[in-house]
Amino acid sequence: MPKIKFKGIAASDGIAIGPAFCYIPAELTIPVCAAGSVKEEMVRLDAARQHAHAELQGMHDAIEKRAGKEEAFIFKAHQEMLSDPALEGKIREFVEIGQTAEQALVNATEELASLLAGMEDELFAARALDVKDVGRRILRILLGLPDTALSAVTKPSIIIAEDLSPSDTASLDPDLTLGFITAQGGLTSHSAILARTLGLPAIVGMGNGLLDNVSNDTFIVMDGRTGEMILKPDQETITRYKQIKMQRDSHLQILKSAAEKDAHTANGRRVEVAANVGEATSARDAVEHGAEGIGLLRTEFLYLEDAQPPSEEKQYHIYRGIFSVMSGRPVIVRTLDIGGDKPPSYLPFPDEMNPFLGWRAIRISLDEPQLFKTQLRAILRAAVGYQARIMFPMVSDLDELRRARDTVETVKRDLALASIEFASDIPVGIMVETPAAAVLVDVLAEASDFFSLGTNDLTQYTLAVDRGNVKVSGLFQPLHPAVLRLIKQTIDAGHAKGKWVGMCGELAGMTRAIPILLGFGLDEFSMSPRAIPEAKHLISKLTDEKARGIASQAMSFGTAADTENYMKGILASL
Amino acid sequence: MAEATIQVRHQSGLHARPAALFVQAANKFQSKILVRNLTAEGKFVDAKSIIMVLTLGVMKDHEVIIQTEGADAEAALDALRSLIETNFGEA
Repeated sequence: MPKIKFKGIAASDGIAIGPAFCYIPAELTIPVCAAGSVKEEMVRLDAARQHAHAELQGMHDAIEKRAGKEEAFIFKAHQEMLSDPALEGKIREFVEIGQTAEQALVNATEELASLLAGMEDELFAARALDVKDVGRRILRILLGLPDTALSAVTKPSIIIAEDLSPSDTASLDPDLTLGFITAQGGLTSHSAILARTLGLPAIVGMGNGLLDNVSNDTFIVMDGRTGEMILKPDQETITRYKQIKMQRDSHLQILKSAAEKDAHTANGRRVEVAANVGEATSARDAVEHGAEGIGLLRTEFLYLEDAQPPSEEKQYHIYRGIFSVMSGRPVIVRTLDIGGDKPPSYLPFPDEMNPFLGWRAIRISLDEPQLFKTQLRAILRAAVGYQARIMFPMVSDLDELRRARDTVETVKRDLALASIEFASDIPVGIMVETPAAAVLVDVLAEASDFFSLGTNDLTQYTLAVDRGNVKVSGLFQPLHPAVLRLIKQTIDAGHAKGKWVGMCGELAGMTRAIPILLGFGLDEFSMSPRAIPEAKHLISKLTDEKARGIASQAMSFGTAADTENYMKGILASL
Repeated sequence: MAEATIQVRHQSGLHARPAALFVQAANKFQSKILVRNLTAEGKFVDAKSIIMVLTLGVMKDHEVIIQTEGADAEAALDALRSLIETNFGEA
């Protein structure tokens, strides 16, 4: 029996069911004939380039409308390449030794593309494909062939191709494209990114045999979540996937409408759902996923990318940019949180036996006042006109907190003396991520305007488990009864002192933890942007009373496994 | 002839959008404009060629030298310098 199930790289989520359209770009053969005069050949080239320029403009405008300016920019770059003087010069050289416009074009683009392809940095090397794409477009026009790229698709189909160039993906008609599968490509290829932007399911890197196994109208089920492609599925498989697709579509609809609204429990209590934002995730991404604020703005990436600490100006601009994207929504900026596990070169790190118990986070800031003050100045200045807060990581007693706050006051005084504008009323809080802080919340409340639970470190320190050590990482259990008790105690103690308590640890975005945390009365859940729609939806389904019941049951277990099991049942019943 | 050495602070270096903007700006001027990646100790290339500018492989924090020659040499240098210094309009 032939193989009917294939697996590639899941590049864009979604399920598609339908006939294949195999896209095999026409072979562009260069006719063998004598060249005209240099002038004649160059005139033909110029006309072809002008025609190409117009085609690219059309694609640019179509993609800009469909996917946005960023996605369309590639065609501006292609237009730039069309009139590239280096390309022009190379072509002329070849024409001058007697080649036809076609031959000269192919030779020139090959030569320039190989210059790029040979570059060490992958990002630059990948631009060779753009040069080839541009060359191919001019050649096609020179040969008098129409732009057939995918325009032959006339009914809803799954596009199958060796690879898709930016020009190819631009001519995809989203109404007729159910999804696409390519033999080449990776998660960051242009086509994979565009598929995600357009919300089309995509599988890439399916391997060289793809076009041998699929032909036009082969019926296909593709699962962009798993990277699976099933050829000629039986009726049962089709029905099953149709059901999954329907459920998924309606669930996505629900999530989308939940993400657009502010989060409330089923009985109407307002709960804040915010995003954790750092190097890899942008504030814009967070807003798009329904973040009502940033519960944790990581700043360490600023300190790790250079051989020197970031200047006040650089930080000011970056913070201000993020505040402005969040346009008035609250943003909690965490001050520098680095340690010996990932040391920057400019800090004198000792060799440490246990970097996680060593010189890190607030300890470094207090020992390096210049570094600390520069960051505080940048935050205080950037916060003018916005709702920002400052948060210190890894505080473990009142003395540390007081010294950190004193530094904030000193910086404010300096700024005032220099008549520099700053946010004078900015709230200052701490992350509760050491068991010491969790136990001392009532005391720390004296000097802290708010608390945010950092559950990754809190779990690690409470259970004495190094997450990175495979021998014991199985013991890293955020739903461990000891961790849950510390969390509850923190929230209770904070509330007793009238303080706001949020959570910016991974736990806040885990569906199996959200009902418990809601039952504890947590004020804010901050998580990775992608987890927000699901979290908001879950919160809207629970009343506070029900959540309190779940929380108190969850607190009664003696092991994390019991709690996990119990929560599995609860989620299935919702 | 005018010349300046400038550090590129943009996250993408002279790649993608910044590279295209740089070349677009260069093309607005009559002068001959050359650019060289000082950090990578590369050669001077034509700043009006996006392909050649890409081959410089200018990454974040690399320093480039720009040389302009012609009637509008000073203006061209100023425009390119300020484009890089204002981080290609991205603050």
